[in-house]
Amino acid sequence: MLALFEDAGYIVGSYVITFAAIGGLAWRLISSGRKLGKQIPDDDKYWT
Amino acid sequence: MTTLDPADTSSNDAGDDLVAEARRTPATKATRTIGILTAVAMAFTLLWAFVFTGPDVNQGESVRLMLIHLPTIWVAYLSFTVTALASGTYLFTKKHSLGWDRLAGASAEVGVIFVGLTLIVGALWGRLTWGVFWQWDARLTTTALLFVTYIGYLAVRRLDGSHHQRAKRSGVIGLIAVLLIPLVHWSVRIWRSLHQEATILDTDLDADIDGILLTGVLVGVIAFSLLYVWLVLHRTRVMAMEDLLDDRGLDLALAERRAEAGTAARPTGEDA
Repeated sequence: MLALFEDAGYIVGSYVITFAAIGGLAWRLISSGRKLGKQIPDDDKYWT
Repeated sequence: MTTLDPADTSSNDAGDDLVAEARRTPATKATRTIGILTAVAMAFTLLWAFVFTGPDVNQGESVRLMLIHLPTIWVAYLSFTVTALASGTYLFTKKHSLGWDRLAGASAEVGVIFVGLTLIVGALWGRLTWGVFWQWDARLTTTALLFVTYIGYLAVRRLDGSHHQRAKRSGVIGLIAVLLIPLVHWSVRIWRSLHQEATILDTDLDADIDGILLTGVLVGVIAFSLLYVWLVLHRTRVMAMEDLLDDRGLDLALAERRAEAGTAARPTGEDA
């Protein structure tokens, strides 16, 4: 039973680390995109 | 229904505000669609990992980690291959478009994150299955080498110089560093390794894996590949804005220096 809980900690921990890293990266990209987007005219954004 | 398409020039104020907001971010209709598809695919991956997949005969519960371990290394391989292709396109085409360089850099950044995650999840899996977090095994060591090499690639991108100097320096490294991928992949055959051989990407194309687990891994690969596309699209756009601001800062500094030089060279009335 104890081993099962220990396994669960490693398994859930792996998923938490992975999704936290991905979420953090995505959040950083969105926030820096918003910040920089205010300083650049729309005509210079090739995706608009 | 209000559209967020930046090209839409709706006349009502609320619509204009939304369009203006959409233009302030690097997001577009396409990236939003990819984002939603990624979230759905990720939810399916979690469902497969914790509901559909049962314990393995040899690996026990730790087999659930395969649904992120395999997709993360797949995305890392994909990222570095795209980096090499984009670097080659920048270096060997006449136009030398910086767009290719930005794609190479963005893809490498995402790849480094995913190799890092592969190493962390692999270490936790190793603790459960092998009893140790780390072994100086051929596969683990070459993967760590891949990680360090691309950190070096990103460091070179941050060296002083123009955008084209950055693109040329990092482009050469991007083309050479990708040669590590076959070494990592075949390391389990080249050297004696504790790590198991390729299960899915094997030369005989006969995946020796349970059907439910294989489906789960494929769902994970789709989810993480969509995430890769989303991250790279956003990062290349952010990089384009950073480069533009960098150029403007340089232009402004040059204009100020020229103005200062002009003032200093011109004799004043008192001097004459």
